[in-house]
Amino acid sequence: MNELEKEIQDTFKGISIKRHSPKRVYIEIDKEGAHELARFLYEEKGCRLVTATGTDTRKGYEILYHFSMDKTGIIYSVRTVVPKDNPKIMTLASFLPATNWIEREIWELLGIEFEGHPNLKRLLTAEDFPEAYYPLRRGE
Amino acid sequence: MKTIIPVGPYHPLQAEPEFFKLEVEGEKVTGLEINIGYNHRGHEYLAQRKTYEQIIFLVERICGICSCSHPFASVNAVENLAGIEIPERAKYIRTIIGELERLHSHFLWVGLAGHFMGYNTLWMWFWRYREPILELFELITGNRNHYAMMKIGGVSKDIEDEDISSIQKTMNELEAKTVMFIKAILDDPVIAARLGGVGILTKEDAIKYGVLGPTARGSGVAIDVRKDDPYAAYDLVPWDIIVFEEGDLLAKAKVRLLECLESIKIIRGCLEQMRKGEIETKVEDIPPGEGIGRHEAPRGEVFHYVRSDGSNMPLRYKVRAPSYMNVPSNEVAVKGYDIADAILVLASVDPCYCCTERMATLYDGNKKLTGKDLLKLSWKKTEQLKKKFSHSENKLASLL
Repeated sequence: MNELEKEIQDTFKGISIKRHSPKRVYIEIDKEGAHELARFLYEEKGCRLVTATGTDTRKGYEILYHFSMDKTGIIYSVRTVVPKDNPKIMTLASFLPATNWIEREIWELLGIEFEGHPNLKRLLTAEDFPEAYYPLRRGE
Repeated sequence: MKTIIPVGPYHPLQAEPEFFKLEVEGEKVTGLEINIGYNHRGHEYLAQRKTYEQIIFLVERICGICSCSHPFASVNAVENLAGIEIPERAKYIRTIIGELERLHSHFLWVGLAGHFMGYNTLWMWFWRYREPILELFELITGNRNHYAMMKIGGVSKDIEDEDISSIQKTMNELEAKTVMFIKAILDDPVIAARLGGVGILTKEDAIKYGVLGPTARGSGVAIDVRKDDPYAAYDLVPWDIIVFEEGDLLAKAKVRLLECLESIKIIRGCLEQMRKGEIETKVEDIPPGEGIGRHEAPRGEVFHYVRSDGSNMPLRYKVRAPSYMNVPSNEVAVKGYDIADAILVLASVDPCYCCTERMATLYDGNKKLTGKDLLKLSWKKTEQLKKKFSHSENKLASLL
């Protein structure tokens, strides 16, 4: 565990840090904490948002925010789970424009609502694509 | 008064469908709205229904220009997931393919940029010297595009000893020509006036929008996956990262031009250090888990994330191409400049064009025309034109 990971461990409650391989680290946190952790990584530590991955899992809809620390070449993936009966999470686009498109994409393909997003409308699918049909949800 | 100029989704200046709504006041651009999705093919969804070997084939077809970038990131991701180490010779071969691709892609961009500027000589020069690179690809891999070289655990084909001298010869020729072109471009006052100080993307905005590749390195953000998180043979051969601080179109062009020389350096280093040996590690099966793979494509970092449940198909496959991050930065880069500059600014991030056509030989009935024959035909036509228009030239002379 390096200094940054120790600092994350001390600052944020209820998290688990897993090192998958030397340059790939996964951090699990609840959805309120994920927003703060993302802000901490971007604003204070100078990490770059690579992208986010939305996945339908048994536990809920999982979002992985992949941050790259370019100085060390380590990717920190912040993992958080959004409940299926209320798929809502705070947007990161309010302070990080790089998440603007990817949050729109996750919203239209997986149906997670990003609260406070400045322009939450369709990015990839056609205008006549059916409403409230999310191709990346299992069983749809 | 505000006016909206729609550019796209289908427009003569674009090879691919993208919709730019330019908001202008007089000649000045005051805003930009970008709409995409006209080319959405659902690769991530498709990938969840393919085996790992099929995915390489699938992602190779995301883009025709940087067609080894996605397979490169894909094998990196799966190898990260399963903890596979590849043989050293495979590392060098992967690097050579990756750098040849960067060369031809940058040549393509400089040519297109010349074409957009109305400097068609530049376009023809660069595309003429892009051709030998594609021929090298055909020699090494059997294909001019979609090289099908990447494989989980290594590469699918070895580079033959007799091909190495051809690669070296082409590199020598390209190096001399690239140096000549760089001098010609940087000496040209018209190009400097057209590109200098136009479409500036500040370092702050570059970081905010998370831009990548030459777009970031032209704005003073020194990021390059090949240096930051080395893979394949990028940490085994010497090369430098090219960074310029200005953030304008000229800086981005300079980054790409000088990177061509670095690519040649990398390819030479690989050819020198490459030793005989295995080209792949046998992979039995893929364990459950997750993996992330990156590759510095000509346009920036390509990112692939894969999640496995231990079966032969992934549970989730995420792809992020560099243009996804670079294109939104146009919103700030284009503001405040003239409409005439806008198309150059929009093209400066090198949005991915898939426009590769094949032209090698022509058939006239049963007769095969060689390059020399075509040249003769061209001279003949010029002579005919001269004769035809010499009459009007005389007329012009008498008028003066």
